[in-house]
Amino acid sequence: MSSFLPSWIRTMFRVFWAMPLVTKLCTFWLTTIILAAIFADFIPKLADPSYQGFLFGTDVTNDGQSLHHWLGTDNNSRDILSRLIYGTRVSLTVAVTAVAFGTFFGGLLGSFVGYVRGRREAAIMASIDVILAFPALVLLLTVVTLLGKRNLLVISLVVGVLAIPYYARVSRANALAVSRREFVAAARAIGTKDRTILWREVIPNVMPTVLAFALVSAAVTVVLEGTLAFLGLSVQPPTPSWGVMINAARADLRINIWPVIWPSLMLVFTVYSLNNVGDWFRIRTAHKTAAL
Amino acid sequence: MAGSGKAHLRPEGDALVSVEDLVVEYPVAGGNTVKAVSGISFDIKRGETLGLVGESGCGKSTTGRALIQLPSPTSGAVHYNLVDLTKLSAEAMRRRRTDLQMIFQDPISSLNPRREVGEIVAEPLNVWGPKNKAKQKALVDEMLNAVGIDPDVARNKRPHEFSGGQCQRISIARSLVLEPEVLICDEPVSALDVSVQAQILNLLEDLKKKYNLTLIFIAHDLAVVKNISDRVAVMYLGKICEVAGSDELYENPAHPYTQLLLVSSPEPDPTVVLDRSDTSSGELPSPINPPSGCRFRTRCPLADDICSSQEPQMQEVGQDHFVACHHPLIKVAEAPAADPVWTEA
Repeated sequence: MSSFLPSWIRTMFRVFWAMPLVTKLCTFWLTTIILAAIFADFIPKLADPSYQGFLFGTDVTNDGQSLHHWLGTDNNSRDILSRLIYGTRVSLTVAVTAVAFGTFFGGLLGSFVGYVRGRREAAIMASIDVILAFPALVLLLTVVTLLGKRNLLVISLVVGVLAIPYYARVSRANALAVSRREFVAAARAIGTKDRTILWREVIPNVMPTVLAFALVSAAVTVVLEGTLAFLGLSVQPPTPSWGVMINAARADLRINIWPVIWPSLMLVFTVYSLNNVGDWFRIRTAHKTAAL
Repeated sequence: MAGSGKAHLRPEGDALVSVEDLVVEYPVAGGNTVKAVSGISFDIKRGETLGLVGESGCGKSTTGRALIQLPSPTSGAVHYNLVDLTKLSAEAMRRRRTDLQMIFQDPISSLNPRREVGEIVAEPLNVWGPKNKAKQKALVDEMLNAVGIDPDVARNKRPHEFSGGQCQRISIARSLVLEPEVLICDEPVSALDVSVQAQILNLLEDLKKKYNLTLIFIAHDLAVVKNISDRVAVMYLGKICEVAGSDELYENPAHPYTQLLLVSSPEPDPTVVLDRSDTSSGELPSPINPPSGCRFRTRCPLADDICSSQEPQMQEVGQDHFVACHHPLIKVAEAPAADPVWTEA
């Protein structure tokens, strides 16, 4: 690698080349859809995802793949490719928000109770178990219905908050194991304050596992948004999301199957990629911390 | 053996660390209590090395941790420089920690895998100063050199890039960077290869001289303890059996358990015919429900009625040689001329 590149970029390339082929492809796929979501507005000649050509009679409804519309058009004669690209935004925003929420709040909460133990742990874990005992989808439906608003922010926040208990459990289990290791005892023997031990010794060792869990659970979140959209509880038309697209095209399944196939494939590839990269990350970090 | 008593303690003032009636108990499932350490007393003079030996599960590591209040003992006193550490507040104890440091059994687990060696050794300085980076670097480099690690090579590496012996050296550097008075070594070599063990033991001897350390050396390997210790205390199931100078203990064991330990050690000469006829079999009894009287009686070839009814007390059987046994292998020395008893006027 050229030596004039900054070292972190070189490190990223080195890590990328060391991946197994499938993980490389998955990373490539995830990078592509993230870039597509970010730069959707700047892709030249990308059709307007809300453009309904039939109103003007200029375009075809439920058309198959063509040079003009690479993935064809849907029942409102909108370009499927451009809707997929804009729909990536919704799916990824929900996934990223939920993961960020869960990792930050759930990860910190779990690490804290796993390190301090005692009554605070018992109280916090008991309330988390109560939340977990609730079927997540039912809770989600209730909250979304009660809030009334169904914009991207609300959906993301609700999914994010609901993710916290899962992250708290995962990170607590790890914090328990990490806190028993001798470098934590050594830090206490040195006279390090508890808060510093938590930040410098415990959390850095809990986070890799939580991040691996985050990648896998991002996949669950993408599917969850799809489920909500399918039930009509996610973002409202005409804003596209993969779930919304599947739901809308379902009615015309017998006329044209492609508007269902494409967003479903996006879901499948993305979920598989997140799982694959998550597994790879977990194995890689576990390998590095192995003792003796 | 379940020895109690304080006959072996030296006059107050002489000891840098003295432990009296230390008890450590843990609650376990079912409402039971593990009696890990049941009232032991010992003391260490400044500059001395005390070896603490015993089988796994006899409470020697628990004792080491109780000395530095991690966790605090259930009862008993730990005097350091005449201050009772068990009575200090958490914050006051934290401020004392620089004087008493500990190194642990598993050298790799003792180092945070996500931090660089330079940071790990500098961590005590981040807590206690100096906080100036250049001064810290100078101190860290000096200490890494002292333990035989090249600071320029090691500074930016992580623990998994080092061998067990090197990790133990880094651990030692971290505990010594605060210039402690007392270093508690909790089985520091039992996870290492024999050749590396010798290197670490020699290093500890050298550092002890260089930094005027007082060592508490916990181990289950008698050969290791013999070479490094001035005085050895033998523990069994949370009690002290025998305390003596290192050579005296190995040449004239007075407690049947000490003898058992010595006989059980493998002899490095294959031509020696071993007499293992009196090697007691059996496991350590449960510390949840220890035997009455002498705790060693269930495995002791000399045990009789008195052993199950009365707990033996520490008695002197020779020059600075104490044993807690009803049937010591050395006959009790002629009672030394009684010290004049001073009655308070």
